[in-house]
Amino acid sequence: MATLNMIVNGKEASVEVGAGDLLAHVLRDKLGLIGTKISCGEGECGACTVLVDGLSVTSCIYPALKAQGREVTTIEGLPQEGQLHPIQQAFIDVTAPQCGYCIPGMILSAKALLDENPHPTREEINEGISGNLCRCTGYYQIVEAIELAAERMAEKGGAR
Amino acid sequence: MWDEYLFPQSVDEALEMLEAHVGEARIIAGGTDLTLQSQRRQVPAKVVVDITRIPGLDHVEERDGLIYVGAQVTHAQVAASPLIGSLAGVLAEACGSVGGPQIRNVGTLVGNVVNALPAADGAMALFAMDAEAEVAEGTGRRWAPIASLYAGVGRCTVDSCEAMITQLRFPALRDGEAGAFERLAKRRTLILPILNTAVVLGIDGGKIEKARIAIGPVATTPFVATEAAAALVGRAPDGAAVAEAAKLASEAAEPRYSLLRGSTEYRKSMVEVLVRRALTRAVARACGEEGENGNS
Repeated sequence: MATLNMIVNGKEASVEVGAGDLLAHVLRDKLGLIGTKISCGEGECGACTVLVDGLSVTSCIYPALKAQGREVTTIEGLPQEGQLHPIQQAFIDVTAPQCGYCIPGMILSAKALLDENPHPTREEINEGISGNLCRCTGYYQIVEAIELAAERMAEKGGAR
Repeated sequence: MWDEYLFPQSVDEALEMLEAHVGEARIIAGGTDLTLQSQRRQVPAKVVVDITRIPGLDHVEERDGLIYVGAQVTHAQVAASPLIGSLAGVLAEACGSVGGPQIRNVGTLVGNVVNALPAADGAMALFAMDAEAEVAEGTGRRWAPIASLYAGVGRCTVDSCEAMITQLRFPALRDGEAGAFERLAKRRTLILPILNTAVVLGIDGGKIEKARIAIGPVATTPFVATEAAAALVGRAPDGAAVAEAAKLASEAAEPRYSLLRGSTEYRKSMVEVLVRRALTRAVARACGEEGENGNS
């Protein structure tokens, strides 16, 4: 076992992990952050997407110890002062979630995209979420939600 | 899965760690392949030596006409690098095709080589760019041609239990030179290619003066179509020359029948199509007719 120290959603977290533990399991089982979903377990579907130092990663194949000293953002870290993040609110407003399982990963990929590129084209949005599969195939509403979020965030001066 | 996860601070320390656990320790970079291979017990390792925090392996730089890419550089960093975009556009295109954004954010180009798959997008461009890899091992460091690193499907001659690749280098494209990457797959992302190809050519005085064509997966290692490339040299860069080279490449390629990737006949036909497309784009770029991601 080793001690993993990281910043999770803005707070210091210190957990004992095994050398082969994967970040998704540590977040879910040791920190109780079950908003991070595990589906394929092979880094193919994107349900487990979290941000490490702002970059999207598939946490189901990401060795937990790689996060040593890093900042990790999960879906639980997005609301600020009791307010949903504009991306979350946009997903609700256009009814983007169907079964909902892919949505935390979708939203984090969307956040990584909008942080880097606040005014993406539809093509860039498609590319930005290309590592996230939705088995309900509700992609149109998801893309629409990201467009809406981008508009609202631009009006508010790029709220993060 | 693993017993120990180590972060060496230097290449020498990494090699010492490997030596201290002979045969049981293995280099890990992004781990997008190794993590799964370890879970499935395909690649045994008790100790993993993570090289992503060693200072001095994160460079993308040009020196004396050569571009150097360190072992920590991810596919996303290669794809987004302005230097690679302007002086090795074919590699940026290839790295931008690997997996999805999350995989590209973590997986490294050097890892793409060490994993030694004959379908690897990034490696295909490195073959077309005539790259070399710097190998660090107990006896010191040496530069090895990319082709010498491949011993078969998934078999790299640099054994991650005793050595590591520290960086890659390849000649920057010059005026009149350009490349292109093409890929055929069932969908655009998160899927292995049915076929891919990377080409680089140079045009001087209205004639093709050099060409390299790499194709995958049509053999146990990335395949370099030397005859097809040679047929281009000395010719005017027109449709006839391109079509003839594409046909030669298709004849030389030996794709297997694959439930996943399609029949041999289909894939052989598609080699011709992909190589023709790639050469056509490379010619246009080399002639300055297409700026984006090219060398013009």
